[in-house]
Amino acid sequence: MSLDSKVPQGPIKDKWTDYKNHIDLVNPANKRNIDVIVVGTGLAGGSAAATLAELGYNVKAFCFQDSPRRAHSIAAQGGINAAKNYQGDGDSTYRLFYDTVKGGDYRSREANVYRLAEVSANIIDQCVAQGVPFAREYGGLLDNRSFGGVLVSRTFYAAGQTGQQLLLGAYSAMNRQIGRGKIKMYNRHEMLDVVKVDGKARGIITRNLITGEIERHSAHAVVLGTGGYGNVFFLSTNAMGSNVTAAWKAHKRGAYFANPCYTQIHPTCIPVSGDHQSKLTLMSESLRNDGRIWVPKHMKDVEAIKSGTLKPRELAEEDRDYYLERRYPAFGNLVPRDVASRAAKERCDAGFGVNSTGEAVFLDFASAIQRYGKETAHVKGLDENDAVLVKKLGQEVIKNKYGNLFQMYEKIVDQDPYNTPMMIYPAVHYTMGGVWVDYNLMTTVPGLYCIGEANFSDHGANRLGASALMQGLADGYFVLPYTIGDYLSNDIRTGAISTDTKEFEAAEKEVREKLEFFVTNKGSHSVDYFHKKLGKIMWNKVGMSRNVKGLTEAIAEIKALRDQFWKEVKVPGTNEEFNEELAKAGRVADFLELGELFAKDALNREESCGGHFREDSVELDGEQKGEALRNDKDFAYVSAWEYKGEPSDAVLHKEELEFKDIELKQRSYK
Amino acid sequence: MNLTLKIWRQKNASDKGKMVDYKVTDISPDMSFLEMLDVLNEQLINNDEEPVAFDHDCREGICGMCSLYINGEAHGPDRGVTTCQLHMRMFKDGDTITIEPFRATAFPVVKDLVVDRGAFDRIQHAGGFISVNTSGNTIDANAIPVNKHDADDAFSAATCIGCGACVASCKNSSAMLFVGAKVSQFALLPQGKIEATDRVLNMVKQMDEEGFGNCTNTGACEVECPKGISLENIARMNREYLSASLKG
Ligand SMILES: Cc1cc2nc3c(=O)[nH]c(=O)nc-3n(C[C@H](O)[C@H](O)[C@H](O)COP(=O)(O)OP(=O)(O)OC[C@H]3O[C@@H](n4cnc5c(N)ncnc54)[C@H](O)[C@@H]3O)c2cc1C
Ligand code: SF4
Ligand code: FES
Repeated sequence: MSLDSKVPQGPIKDKWTDYKNHIDLVNPANKRNIDVIVVGTGLAGGSAAATLAELGYNVKAFCFQDSPRRAHSIAAQGGINAAKNYQGDGDSTYRLFYDTVKGGDYRSREANVYRLAEVSANIIDQCVAQGVPFAREYGGLLDNRSFGGVLVSRTFYAAGQTGQQLLLGAYSAMNRQIGRGKIKMYNRHEMLDVVKVDGKARGIITRNLITGEIERHSAHAVVLGTGGYGNVFFLSTNAMGSNVTAAWKAHKRGAYFANPCYTQIHPTCIPVSGDHQSKLTLMSESLRNDGRIWVPKHMKDVEAIKSGTLKPRELAEEDRDYYLERRYPAFGNLVPRDVASRAAKERCDAGFGVNSTGEAVFLDFASAIQRYGKETAHVKGLDENDAVLVKKLGQEVIKNKYGNLFQMYEKIVDQDPYNTPMMIYPAVHYTMGGVWVDYNLMTTVPGLYCIGEANFSDHGANRLGASALMQGLADGYFVLPYTIGDYLSNDIRTGAISTDTKEFEAAEKEVREKLEFFVTNKGSHSVDYFHKKLGKIMWNKVGMSRNVKGLTEAIAEIKALRDQFWKEVKVPGTNEEFNEELAKAGRVADFLELGELFAKDALNREESCGGHFREDSVELDGEQKGEALRNDKDFAYVSAWEYKGEPSDAVLHKEELEFKDIELKQRSYK
Repeated sequence: MNLTLKIWRQKNASDKGKMVDYKVTDISPDMSFLEMLDVLNEQLINNDEEPVAFDHDCREGICGMCSLYINGEAHGPDRGVTTCQLHMRMFKDGDTITIEPFRATAFPVVKDLVVDRGAFDRIQHAGGFISVNTSGNTIDANAIPVNKHDADDAFSAATCIGCGACVASCKNSSAMLFVGAKVSQFALLPQGKIEATDRVLNMVKQMDEEGFGNCTNTGACEVECPKGISLENIARMNREYLSASLKG
């Protein structure tokens, strides 16, 4: 099947408006006869479910947590972008579009990104109307901050808990519809398969996580808003339950999986402390607005800091290497995430890492505390030369801005970041790859849609800060409700979809057999044992920088691990009860397949772009020497994989990317 | 560290349940409490026993999924943290730690340490929202200015993670802190004013129907709340409720 992105014709700035003017609509009376399943209640799924219900469709929403309010989106810290230009610093739809395409290293789809930028301003209006308490200035207007990779202040935020507040906004919109009976909510339900009837997605198979009951649910269309798959690395900043199962099952039913290897490695996470670790904690990158990143210049100081004989604070300014400011004078500490992450790895690989494992750099607030302290003293007419006072005032400012993050750091690391620099290191954070969708957000399976982090379309090879929340809400509130209507307008006479058909029966049987296998297999290793092993292979060979040898080895190792998993996995308990190990087993089984496709995709992409760095593709000379080298001539495409059984048999389809409104340029943050 | 754990085991909602003792060894002070339980579970699985079920997801103190009543305190001995952010450095080598589910009539046990906090959702269905269409055709966000102090207070109330520690630590199993936080958030914002009367009446009614107890101003909830939600919110809710009842 050839890939048709269905991008409308016409100038980029009119595409979405024209599209909306010409699609088919469903009459309100007919919407009552149409059912839509939404899997996932994060920002994407939650906002979609609420909006579809409000439009009049019957919505059935599913999540594996005990409440929609706990979806992984809740953890997002830093903020959400929107081209509002409230600050008058030159922002516009075009500039947000431009920054996002450039930040994604020219591997996203232009038309989708433009639409995202276009609806972004509406998102803020919508959320404020719902009562989302964004940060305000004293005049009562909304406050903004800036994020890595851009030169304007367009990020709206609610302290360091923006995701929480936005999700609670979407959750409240859902609650309104649940209260009205328009959404039927299925908590603690895990979707385990998609059911196709006559080639169209017509339902799902779920497992009730409390009773173990396997259920069939039908609908006229199915929407996946099931989040990202960063947990394929075992350690990531994702919530523990985040998984690929829904997307992977869709893939097995015919949905192409796009750019699986595009992972974002976030530069400011709390470093790994030991083997017991279950997840990594992100420190919002908004910290980079005020924190300066450095390691010692001299090896002797590294040793002294590691052994505790030298306090980082005591190291003289001239003996510190503020490597981002040195290498990228224009953006300094605010370079995009992939650049900051690689630079940290480069210093640590060269031996300058500052913690016991050698995998940490400092994020230092001392100069910001000084600067803010002096400023506040000045404003209040106090003594600017009183060092103790200045420090106290400065710390208060920092506390107001980042208090909860500092507290979180202190609880985890047991060090006070107001008085000693934080230690940070890159960690797996976000997956830009995902289910392939067209402009309508429909997958290659008719009637199956995919939104939010689970799809691939908007972020290219790298994601700028504060853009995932924007995409999730744009998809759910403003894009999908239109595009799905166009499709559903053909279903007004279909009537209710029966679940008593051979298709549902077959899918249910498959699911059941898999579950039965797990609880009866007399293996010798826990699910986590395999997941951790997979994670190590992924991080070491398919992580921040990759080469042909490592990737080839990874493919073979993952395959072998998968074979071992199916022989030796051990899952206690039964299927007919609350059984967290059983749920995990299914998820890890899918990760073991995805991991191989991931590595295969990385091997295919013989270029460095965004978060994906190939050691054999670097600039050899000139101003950009040593930086990532993209290859637009051969790789300006989306790799979309078709399922054919084993991941090694997956077939590559290419969606060539066209850049008509933005000239492809090598990124430079110098 | 080596520790003795006394853990509540209960197969399902209808099972009677009992405390069982376990030993764990080699616990690092840098582990979180849940990572310590991961170690126990790995050990149980290897011994062909059933792992202990407990709720968790984000493990960063924000989703509100983790619970646990540890040594008689919701979320354990540390202040201002959830169980997933509680670290083993709070304990000593050789300690015995008692671990129970959040107990309340309105939070039935699902299994072991997992409880059903669906009652919180149902209270939200009853009025925890502002009735605005999600069409995006709302007025410009800056056309609704909000005084910074009000915005900050609304935000503080809105940071409630719905964990239920307030209920678990209350001798009456009252949900007033949780509901108060939600009512306050909207009461403080201009957008929420129009429906304020119905909202507070409906949410309080649902709260009562769910079987939560009454508030007798003991303040245990505020002490144990990982997000520092203050009793002021209860007072604000009571004021809102009173004026709504007078109107209604
Ligand atoms: C710590 C952290 C900080 C972040 N900070 C920012 C930020 O500042 N700005 C920004 O823009 N982005 C940020 N992000 C990224 C952003 O939060 C996510 O990309 C985004 O929230 C994803 O939303 P989503 O709705 O697509 O998926 P999710 O929120 O992950 O929701 C997935 C949903 O799917 C459900 N689900 C999954 N699989 C199944 C299944 N098989 N059956 C049933 N249900 C299922 C889950 O229950 C859940 O409801 C951050 C991410 C993290 C981890
Ligand atoms: S008020 Fe505090 S203790 Fe109660 S649910 Fe909210 S965060 Fe938890
Ligand atoms: S696991 Fe999310 S708050 Fe503890």
